[in-house]
Amino acid sequence: MAAGSTYTPIATQTVSGTTTASVTFSSIPSTYTDLIIVANGSLTVADNSYIQFNGSGGTAYSGTVLKGDGSAASSNRYSNNDRIVTDYTSYPTTTVGAWNAVIHFINYANTTTYKTTLIRSNNAQNGTSSSAHLWLSTAAITSIALQTQGTPKWGNGTTFTLYGITAA
Amino acid sequence: MGIRSLSTSSISTGAKRSKVWDQSAVVIPPNSFDSIATVTLGSDTSSISFSSIPTTYTHLQIRMFAGTTFADVFMRFNGDASGNSNYSRHFLYGDGTSAASGNAITDANLSVGYYSTNASIFGSSVVDIFDYNSTNKNKTIRVLSGGDANGSGLIVLYSGSRNLTNAVTSITILAGGSGVLRTNSKFALYGIKG
Repeated sequence: MAAGSTYTPIATQTVSGTTTASVTFSSIPSTYTDLIIVANGSLTVADNSYIQFNGSGGTAYSGTVLKGDGSAASSNRYSNNDRIVTDYTSYPTTTVGAWNAVIHFINYANTTTYKTTLIRSNNAQNGTSSSAHLWLSTAAITSIALQTQGTPKWGNGTTFTLYGITAA
Repeated sequence: MGIRSLSTSSISTGAKRSKVWDQSAVVIPPNSFDSIATVTLGSDTSSISFSSIPTTYTHLQIRMFAGTTFADVFMRFNGDASGNSNYSRHFLYGDGTSAASGNAITDANLSVGYYSTNASIFGSSVVDIFDYNSTNKNKTIRVLSGGDANGSGLIVLYSGSRNLTNAVTSITILAGGSGVLRTNSKFALYGIKG
């Protein structure tokens, strides 16, 4: 069997200030098999965060969520949305570092199938969630935007690191 | 190749710090997460296998992106036959309406996915196999798995064990029932050093 190194850090973005609405990784090379984003930080107002691919909105996103808030486990779904809803119960709060998310974009560069994203999102202050999301596009993912919506902005010091995983 | 350009168009005010790793740099991190083998299906098939797995790693990870004609996707080790009773598994899932849990004790399979059977929608799973090379402990796995189909779908957390202490030397992933794994499904095996 072939063997080789993988799990390569591609880029990190660190938010400075409290007015950043969106952080984008663009011009993502197609040479990896999977991508992973590790996020850690806060919002200026507690709320969900979102993900959008290739600057594309419309009604192409949907997801199924499993979550726990310390009192009960539950599940919900959203459909025909203009972006991925990353968190629900485990949404970022104003405490820096209380929220983290590990986001898997598996087979992101294929141009044959729709895209599936898996997320583990956690906030010790309010909950934990795991979720699966669909982007109804066969386009390769070339940019990933991590977004807020409305009044909340990414908190100062929030970090996003993009990794590429290369299969043999 | 590293990302050379980062979008700043959405940044209205405030500075943003960014770092880009140039992968041609002299300093290269130690290899601790290695790609071992990948299977990409050129045609539908009932199962795939990784065999002769190197003994030089501590843990294994399988990252899979697959379509199926039968929702369940299972895994077995070391060529276990279909009638074996070597496995136990638990699962916690959300179906978009409620959270639920279940198990199968003394079973023939580990569960690693439950996907839409829509030909255009593939599910994903990240499967961790811990201490696969040990000969003095049962083998345990942890799985994050899911697939959404815009109005249906599941997100599932699985745990499982093979209740034998043999080292894992081969892994078979198979569609449940009489189903098949679809063309363009991809299964990538990685070794993690420790």
